[in-house]
Amino acid sequence: MNTQTFIYTLHLGDNALILAQRNAEWTGHGPVLEQDIAITNISLDLLGQARNFYQYAASLFNGFNEQQKNIVDKYIPRLWKQYNRELQEDDLAFLRDEHQYLNLLITELPKGDWAQSVLRQFFFSTFQFYLYQQLQNISDQHLTAIAEKSIKEVTYHLRWSAEWVIRLGDGTEESNQRIKNALADQWMFTGEMFMPEEYELVDVRSFKNSWIQKVEDVLSEATLELPTQTWMQGGGKQGKHTEYLGYLLAEMQYLQRTHPNSVW
Amino acid sequence: MVFFKKNLYGDYGDKESPTGGGIEKTSTNEWPLWEIFIRSKQGLDHKHVGSLHAVDAQMAIENARDVYTRRQEGVSIWVVESKFIHASNPDEAESFYEPANDKVYRHPTFYDLPDEIKHM
Repeated sequence: MNTQTFIYTLHLGDNALILAQRNAEWTGHGPVLEQDIAITNISLDLLGQARNFYQYAASLFNGFNEQQKNIVDKYIPRLWKQYNRELQEDDLAFLRDEHQYLNLLITELPKGDWAQSVLRQFFFSTFQFYLYQQLQNISDQHLTAIAEKSIKEVTYHLRWSAEWVIRLGDGTEESNQRIKNALADQWMFTGEMFMPEEYELVDVRSFKNSWIQKVEDVLSEATLELPTQTWMQGGGKQGKHTEYLGYLLAEMQYLQRTHPNSVW
Repeated sequence: MVFFKKNLYGDYGDKESPTGGGIEKTSTNEWPLWEIFIRSKQGLDHKHVGSLHAVDAQMAIENARDVYTRRQEGVSIWVVESKFIHASNPDEAESFYEPANDKVYRHPTFYDLPDEIKHM
């Protein structure tokens, strides 16, 4: 059970970390100052969530016996093993290889233009909102506490991104076209959120309808149509990622790999 | 050219001058300017903290939340479009404010407050 919790916590942390990294790419490049600050705030919120998850995962791992450590070994960063010290949050965040990350594919998609970023944020935040609601009912107290704190941030992320989807959809011809393109690009990555994995402690199918309902409501107010395509890409939750993740990790991990085991 | 059909103001000028007049410039690429007032947790009044651009009141409040409450500065936000704030003319300061300087009898300072009154 604990090894399952460990793996699931990695998945939750990876979702937050990878999207935080993507949103941070907007730093200094936002369309207007206030939105630059808004999206980087969201990035920091997500990074904070990721830290909570990784700290918990690291403390779980350090308390494992040999057998449990062997079970989760395939997720443990190779580089860390040379350091001869306890596992820490940064090791999990910055030293794993692509196939060891369990984030949803939608989080690693490029930031694209503003329409693509806000639409992706909307899809993801809606998912996180319902997920964190469910997480407050599971037996693991630690994850429940993280979810309870994080859902306040996520409520704002959801509000902010939904509004932007509506503003762009029901805006000018250009903004409408851009968000239509984003919708066409991203829809096939939304199904993965509801494909269950054995390590999950929540049945993600249980809130699929709520998610669809919320998305439908916002899209219709944005004068957009819910796509009818049913084929969905998956694999992220099993460590099978798009090409994008490699480049993202190369940037994100460069410092920690160049200066191994360094401290501030 | 307006950015968002949904929140159409018509031609909009970026009236940053506090006296509300001056040059009527219809700036086609600038969102309206809003003044932001924040009340802190311990405070009783909203204080002016700055300004920002936004399309409408809802966005202005969200932007204010993102820009001006990041470091726990406050628990309540007021936003007002800058064009609705009217200010006194600094040139008239002399006639407005100086006459009050030597009318000390208007200040309520000549009473002895009883000890029971805590908040005065």
